[in-house]
Parts: sequence; C-alpha cells; structure tokens
Amino acid sequence: MFGFPLKPEERTDVWRVEVQMRFEADGGPARAALFAPHGTGGFAVVDQSFVSPGYGITTEPHRGSGIRAVYTVREAKGTQTLYYRAVIQRTSQSDAAERDPVPTLAPPNYEGAQAVAAQSIVQAALKQSADAATLAALIVKRLREAKPGDEAHYLLGPEAGSFRLVSTAVGLLQTAGVPSRIVNGLILVPERRDAQFVRWLEYYAGGRWRPLYPSEPTAEALRYYFPWWRGPAPFIEASGATGLTHSITTSRSYELAVRAAMSQKRELEKKLIEFSLFGLPLQAQSLFRTILAIPAGILLLVVLRNVVGIKTFGTFMPVLIALAFRQTGLAWGCVFFSIVVALGLAVRFYLERLKLLLVPRLAAVVIVVILLLATITVVSFKLGFDRGLSIGLFPIVILTMTIERMTLVWEERGAGEALQQAAGSIVVGALCYLLMNVPVVEHLFFVFPELLLVVLAATLLLGRYTGYRLTELRRFRVLSE
Amino acid sequence: MTNLPGIAARLRANGVVGINERNADYTLPYNRRDRYPLVDDKVLTKRLAIGAGVAVPELYGVIEIQYQVRELPALLAKYRDFVVKPARGSQGDGIIVVTGRTRSLYRAADGSLLDPDEMAFHVSNILSGIYSLGGQTDKALVEYRVNFDPVFEGITYRGVPDVRIIVFLGVPVMAMVRLPTRISGGKANLHQGAIGTGVDMATGRTLTAVWNNSIVGEHPDTGNPVSGVLIPRWDTLLELGARSSELTGLGYQGVDIVLDRDKGPLILEINARPGLAIQIANRAGLKPRLDAVERHRSGLSTVAERVAFAKERFGCRVG
Repeated sequence: MFGFPLKPEERTDVWRVEVQMRFEADGGPARAALFAPHGTGGFAVVDQSFVSPGYGITTEPHRGSGIRAVYTVREAKGTQTLYYRAVIQRTSQSDAAERDPVPTLAPPNYEGAQAVAAQSIVQAALKQSADAATLAALIVKRLREAKPGDEAHYLLGPEAGSFRLVSTAVGLLQTAGVPSRIVNGLILVPERRDAQFVRWLEYYAGGRWRPLYPSEPTAEALRYYFPWWRGPAPFIEASGATGLTHSITTSRSYELAVRAAMSQKRELEKKLIEFSLFGLPLQAQSLFRTILAIPAGILLLVVLRNVVGIKTFGTFMPVLIALAFRQTGLAWGCVFFSIVVALGLAVRFYLERLKLLLVPRLAAVVIVVILLLATITVVSFKLGFDRGLSIGLFPIVILTMTIERMTLVWEERGAGEALQQAAGSIVVGALCYLLMNVPVVEHLFFVFPELLLVVLAATLLLGRYTGYRLTELRRFRVLSE
Repeated sequence: MTNLPGIAARLRANGVVGINERNADYTLPYNRRDRYPLVDDKVLTKRLAIGAGVAVPELYGVIEIQYQVRELPALLAKYRDFVVKPARGSQGDGIIVVTGRTRSLYRAADGSLLDPDEMAFHVSNILSGIYSLGGQTDKALVEYRVNFDPVFEGITYRGVPDVRIIVFLGVPVMAMVRLPTRISGGKANLHQGAIGTGVDMATGRTLTAVWNNSIVGEHPDTGNPVSGVLIPRWDTLLELGARSSELTGLGYQGVDIVLDRDKGPLILEINARPGLAIQIANRAGLKPRLDAVERHRSGLSTVAERVAFAKERFGCRVG
C-alpha cells in the first residue's frame, strides 16, 4: 500500500553521486560553496550528506540557480578535502523546476560588431520561426552549424565548447525576447569516475520551462540527463583558498527501493510510516531486522524437532547458535563452535573430578569458555584468520549451557547420544541460520512484520500435528511389518 | 529408509502412537497440569501411595537441603543396601543403587565403588538440580532397595528389573518387563540399554523382547531366554496399576512396579509422560487399545471391572 517492494533489492534506478572538492587553505577562515541538486526533473534526491571534518554547513537558495551548500571554517591550513554525496532516484513525481517563476529578461549587452551579428541571427530566426520552440531550435542549429567567418562563429569565438554554445544561445534567445537559461547537469550513464557537467538550455514558453539539448541526444540517452543547477554561475567557489579543484564520481547503486519508497510519500503516509519500524533510529532498525527474522528460524526449529524429530540441546539453543553464526559466517561458526565446545568439554570432565557444586561449577565453565574464546581469537588472528575476531560474539552463556548439558548427557546416556545431540544442534542451527540469512526473509519480516501472524498461525497448526516424526518411522520400523 | 509414506501408512494401520500424538491426544487432554507435581516429585508420590495403602518401597530418609548432606553417613550407616535417587529425576538419571559395602566404600549395582565423599557429592548434585527437569533444586531420596523376585534372576544383569504398565483412564492397556543389562548399568530404562519384553495382558507371560530397537530372544549377558516367563501375582500388578490412576488423577500414565521377594509388587514410580518403546516390546500399537478404553469408559468404574476389561480385551489371542 505504501509502495514498499516485496523483494529486498528490487531494482530501481538509483545512483550515488559523490563530489570531491580539494583546495589549499591559506590559514585563515575558509569558505567553499557548491550547488546542491535542485529542480531535478524526473529524479529525486533521496538522501544527501556533507562530509567535511570541522566545517559548518549551511544551505541557501541562490536566486534563479538552485541551492548552494556552503562549507565554512574559522581556520584551515593545508590541503582540504570536502565531500558532497547524494543518492538520486528516478521518480514519477516530477520536481517542479519547470514551473519556476519567469525571470525578468536580461539580454546581454552586445556591443559593436557583436550586436550586429546577434541581431542578424535573431532576425533571421524570428522570420523563419512560428513560436518560441522553433525559434530556440533555429538559433541553436545556427550556432551549431557555425562556419568560420560567419556571424555565429564570430559570436561564439574561437574553439567554443558546449558551455559557450549554450550560453550564447541563451543570450540570443533573451535578445529575441524569450526567457531562457542555462542548465548544468550530469549524464548518469555510463558510471564515471570523473564525470563532467554537460549543458543544455531551457526556454520559457506556454507557461512552463522546456528543455532544449544542443547535442540532440536520443530519447533513451535523455532519460539519464540529471539537471543539477541553472545559470552560468560556476559549480564551486571558494574564498580563503587556492588551487580549487573538484571531481565528480557517479555510480549506479542497487539501493533499497524501500528507502526510495519512503522518501516519496505524501505527508499523511509519512506520518503512518513514522509509527512503523521505519520510524525507529537506524540502530534499533538493524536490531529489529535481526529480531524479526528469529520467528522464521523458530518455525523451522519447530518443524525440525516435531515433524522431523531431530534431537537438540535445549529448546531454542539452535536458534541462538544461528544468531551467533550471523556474525561468524556458517563454516567458521561451525568450526569455532565445535572447537570451543570440545575444549570446554575436556575442561568440564576435569572439573567433574573436583566434585564442585552446580553453580560454582557453571561459573567455572563460563570463565573457561571466556578464556578459550580469548585464546582462540588471538591464535586464529595471528595465524591470519580474520574471522577469528568475530568469535567473541558467540553467546558465552549458551556455550556454557551446551557444555554442561553435553557433559550430563555424555555421562548419563553415553558419548553416542551426546555427540548425536550436539550434531543435531549444529545442523538445526545451521539450517536456521541459512533460513534467517536469506535476504528476502529478513526483508519481508522487517517491512511486513504482520507476516509474523502467519508464522504464529503455522506454529499453532504445528502444535496440533499428531502425525509421526520422521525419526519415529525408523524407530518403529519393526512395527510396520 | 525408502518409501517413507508407505512406512507411515503401515504404522498408522497398526495403530502405532507417535510422540506428537501421545502428547496432543493423550497426555495434554487427559493429564491435568496440577497433577504433574504429584508424580514429578517422588516424595509426594510415595506419601500419596502410603496414604492410600498402595505398596511402595519404604522411605529411609529425604535430604532436602545442602546442610543435611553432613548427616548422610549417619543416615546410611543404618542400612546395608539402599537406593539414592533424585525426587524429580527423569528417565532414571541420577539413581545409585547400593547393594552392599566394602570396608568404608559403597558398592553400587554396576559393580563400581563409591567413597562417602563421592556419595555426598552425588547427593549435592541431586540437590542442586542437575537431574531434575528444568534444573530446579531438588530433593534426594534414600529408600529400600528392592530384593527382586527370583523369577527374573536368570534374565537380569544386576540392577532391578521392573514392570511398566501403561494405564489409560484407570485401565491397564499395555505392559512390558524391563530387564537391566551390563550396558544399561543396572538401570531399567530402554534408552540406556535395558531389554524390554512385551507382556500378555491376560496371563502375565512375557512375549518377544526388544533391545536397542531390535528383537532379541535371549538376555545378552546371561543367555537365558526372555520370552515365555510368567510374572508372578500378575493380577495384583494389574490391580496396582488400575488403582494408581485414582491415586494421581492422571488419565494417561506409566506405572513402574517392582517385584520384591518378600513384599510383593511395589510401585516404584509413576510417569506422566511414559515412553513409547513399549509398543516395540509388544510388537503392537497402543492406539486400538486406547480407543477401546475410550469407547467403554462409562462401564468401567471399579478396579475389578477395569482389570477384567484389560485381561479380556488386551490379552494375546494366540497364547
């Protein structure tokens, strides 16, 4: 209902744009400014961040151009690197740049030969055109097809680039009485490490701004034109600094469409979402991502215990093991778990001979487990296994109870039964981990927590399952003859 | 392990009850929660039985708190042989049967020797709850060691053989004899390696035997045949079983009865969640018998009626 996607990483057109600014600060106050995307047409800025150690950030509207983000600092010396990052997503709700107010005409003051050349081009175009759209197209065409020696070439000057062409076209349109402006934008595809701004122009006709692209891109390519700011003002400026440079990186990202869905909601829907898990702080959200996936593991555990009939230590211990596996990864988790439990068992068998009472004995095992965790972490790290570092996340008390119960089962029912239950616990834990770690599962339960009611219903149904367990088919085999 | 649905269908046809079915259809509906403590705590069961005049092994003493462990040697000094067991133990865990003494050492049924310190440690362990369900603190019982009837002498390896009777709504429906082996360490629990033999409910004669889920003919340690043994005073056993359900108020329970040479059948303990291996020992499913009891429950009010019903309906048709 709120446009949340069913799949965790449903493909949406999401890009990350990163602007890096560098300059040498003079030692006094420094100020750097750049344009933040504004009036972005078919795109929405979903998220933006300013990374700038020690700098204060303010944003201010820059009349007719967009929004400027200003980085200021009282004192700065040496090379400064500031970042601006934005996450951009295609949206169906167009940013209202095309309904920007009409600026007052400010035709450039052409003088002498320039004025004559400009008037000549404008008059010719006016004669051949029917409306503002054809006029603009004619002027751009005339400029693009400039030959050395004619008026257009004279106006553009030698070796003119696209910026010069667009700004000249804007000047000529203003001269002809059509409000127009330069648009500075990025082409998002292909991804680039050093993206350059491209320019096109917008003219005002029929009550709204309309774009005109001098380079005549195809309709497909046009989909990736991302308008950033308008007007001839430079992208970045700095004072109290020298050697200002910038580079722009664009990358396509498979950002969660969830985030995008949220950022585009209307106010009422936003308020409703505030009262969902999405209204929580990010840290709590990531916690609940894990917590809400637990019932899926528990349902699997119920099936494995009551329908399949696998024996495990403790009722929910396998699920807790599975949670620990999330930190260590499956293979390493199994290895570490086995090592700690095996060594713990050895120590526990020694403690058995000391005839300790229950609580002190459990306490002793906890201490031994912690020592083992520390030792294994250090040893595996020194051997070059980075994964060893994550073993500290194993629930210590769970390991202790596993060791204790395993010892009892070992002594009372024999090693076979103990090893069987230990293997059962690890297998069930691994399966729960695999299930809980499927991104779709985690995503679905977090975004649609009402699914837990389905899990609850399934659990209730299993609570009345009176059929045989799979292991019982083997156990009662002789009775089936 | 091929054709699982086929196996399941044949088990169903033979009326074999699985754990899920036992829990969902029998123990949960028929056993009231508030009755469980009566059987989970063997001290309570024993006092209840004594009050009702039902025969149980004599209680020598109860150790309830750690402090009393000091008095253990004085308590034990009075008896040559005895049994120490947790009041809330499950599946026979934590039970030590002392058959005699060697100097200051206690000689256990499995042949091992314990010094008084080890015995005190074991009792402390029991008190701290390592053998009890859920790990709550527990009591330790010291009670009369049964001198078992010589009828099972040739087919028992140490320990105490007992007769397990499943009693449903006061009717004994199925029974088996549990015979300790060397592997079971003198304990009479099948999962610990004891032998279970089915029993003809009409006569009390043992049928086929099962050991570690497979059918056996002789006792693995003594070599004597385990089938065809007549359990003495079978009617008394059935009566004990039938009366036990009035004692506890549980609809579905397992009653463990031992045969003492001098004192006759004694109720050792009552189990609110009896295991299902008894079906393997009897090579028969419980379901048809339980259904029969459910159908006729209105006409079965007295102990005599219930025993007669059991002997008539659940006897072995062949023998």
